[in-house]
Amino acid sequence: MNIHEYQAKRLLYEYGAPIADGVAVYSVEQAEKWTKRLPGPFYVVKSQIHAGGRGKGKFKELGPDAKGGVRLSYSVEEVVANVREMLGCTLVTEQTGLAGKQVNRIYIENGTNIKRELYFSLLVDRVVGRVAFVVSTEGGMDIETVAAKTSDKIITLRVDPDKGVTRDDADKLADALNLEGPAREDGLKLFPIFYRAFVEKDMSLLEINPLIVMDNEHLRVLDAKISFDNNALFRHPDIVALSDILEENPKEIEASKYDLAYVALDGNIGCMVNGAGLAMATMDIIKLYGANPANFLDVGGGASEDKVKAAFKIIASDSNVKGILVNIFGGIMRCDVIAKGVVAAVKEIGLKVPLVVRLEGTNVERGKKILQDNNLDIIPADDLDSAAQKIVAAVKGA
Amino acid sequence: MSILINKDTKILVQGLTGKTGTFHTEQALAYHGTQMVGGVHPKKGGKVWTNSSGYSLPIFATVAEGKEKTGADASVIYVPPAGAADAVIEAIEAEIGLIICITEGIPVLDMVRVKARLEKSKSRLIGPNCPGILTPEECKIGILPSSIFKKGFVGIVSRSGTLTYEAVFQTTNEGLGQTTVIGIGGDPVKGMEFIDVLEMFLADDATKSIIMIGEIGGTAEEKAAQFLKDEAKKGREKLTIGFIVGRTAPPGRTMGHAGAVISGGKGGAEDKIAAMEEAGIHVCSSPAKLGAMLTEVLKG
Repeated sequence: MNIHEYQAKRLLYEYGAPIADGVAVYSVEQAEKWTKRLPGPFYVVKSQIHAGGRGKGKFKELGPDAKGGVRLSYSVEEVVANVREMLGCTLVTEQTGLAGKQVNRIYIENGTNIKRELYFSLLVDRVVGRVAFVVSTEGGMDIETVAAKTSDKIITLRVDPDKGVTRDDADKLADALNLEGPAREDGLKLFPIFYRAFVEKDMSLLEINPLIVMDNEHLRVLDAKISFDNNALFRHPDIVALSDILEENPKEIEASKYDLAYVALDGNIGCMVNGAGLAMATMDIIKLYGANPANFLDVGGGASEDKVKAAFKIIASDSNVKGILVNIFGGIMRCDVIAKGVVAAVKEIGLKVPLVVRLEGTNVERGKKILQDNNLDIIPADDLDSAAQKIVAAVKGA
Repeated sequence: MSILINKDTKILVQGLTGKTGTFHTEQALAYHGTQMVGGVHPKKGGKVWTNSSGYSLPIFATVAEGKEKTGADASVIYVPPAGAADAVIEAIEAEIGLIICITEGIPVLDMVRVKARLEKSKSRLIGPNCPGILTPEECKIGILPSSIFKKGFVGIVSRSGTLTYEAVFQTTNEGLGQTTVIGIGGDPVKGMEFIDVLEMFLADDATKSIIMIGEIGGTAEEKAAQFLKDEAKKGREKLTIGFIVGRTAPPGRTMGHAGAVISGGKGGAEDKIAAMEEAGIHVCSSPAKLGAMLTEVLKG
């Protein structure tokens, strides 16, 4: 789960991180009212969407010469004019895809004089199974660009979970970032704080790019991106409350209500599969036979009949879907449960497109019998290969 | 022969009394007499679990007690996500040699905690978020569907549960059969990695060939390929079929920016396939042709 920049900054501020004064606004009126309370003399007006590259992004509704999604302003009037122009428009960045994202919230922050821009992040390094700091003196730009150009300038430091961030760790990070004087003092204090926030809130990524040294030699968090581990949200209701429903795909929201892993894609063959690996493999094989999947959907292990029914309805109600492939290899998931869910869904909403069902594994005979007994118009398949060929042929023939 | 488990393996179940634990313990008992020796539940110690056909197992309050009373050398975990990491740690502290965690959805930082404990112990962990391990006609631990297995000479290791079943199903249909099948699980932080299992398959006389199924993300497949390449130079070589799932998956859905950086910009399907081919692994283009490809290569 992702949150907005201003939410990330507030969260870090609660842990003691230095941030600028700022206000999040939903309307021009709020911008007028609240900006006056900021000290000035200049401000940064920042679109709040869950995607990077906002500064270089372009608004669909505005002309090609219009400024991007992050703008400097030198008076309250200028802030308000920028908010008026940006709010409600669609920002397209290198990370949003061509559809872009509508700007519904704007963060207005007091301006800061920057001396140096640093890159700072915390993440889980899967290679060693530890939390790692990734830092670089080359902040403010895309970290991939830094990695491609000067990978030696990226320093990784892994944390022993039993010890946490030691003084030695903090010194190494401060050295890696060439921090001196007050900035070094700030860093030694802040690195353990960031680690504590990361662990306590079950983050999967905390990226501060840039972390800056101001002209008064102190550190400040200038931008912040936080992603949380979805598996741990059950113990963080305060984080769940920060989610922005407008940022999500409506079908993905519906799927998440039933705890289904669903990703919308742009093809026309709807897929319902158990297991992430088999779901990806099913997408791969559909492509191999020359068609495209409309979605990734993993019903997971141990799904109930209701969950299977909901999954089938989400796929069948997608107008792009011209054929459906149900591919189940039951382990923890039982084929009879899948069959009952599919039957219940078809009875409720009907079946307007070809449906290929391949069942194998736990309780397969019971599953097949349920499908037969209910006389559904199903094209049966015995293995993955023929299932994929049959659905591709059915969709192309239609 | 087989690796890690055989007909003598004695297994405790953490989370036996839940619906999932009960169902799959019944299935295991029905599979060639797999030796399920007891359950563990902190509040139900001293009670007895009885299945639908009247077979019963003792329940212990702790893993340590269960191990002491039954001589168990393995433990399988069906505990829900919030308590699963602590269940693994309890098994590690009880010095259980082989721990299999089936649970899906464990917070990754809980697994970071587990991994630190694991490294200081002699226990091996399979999973989490995995289907388990099975040696045909001897022992089944986990949720793998029994009916598709056949005793034979192929060792199978996979990050994906359901694709493991595909490989098993296909090698059975081809008449090749399996020595031992292991799903190592799809979570980013886990117990045994490809290399650990491949090392054991290379050392196992009964395993004549190997199927290895990887996924996009991380660099475990590249490392495994390098390992096989290095071992082959020492004369330890077995015919290996590889497959990487996720060639068509949209990038960036789960992998954060910095995550890509730390693995040196790797993790894509094409990098993995290239590394595997370079190591002499026969990479299969279709997940439906793993068995057929192995048969073909064996014919020469």
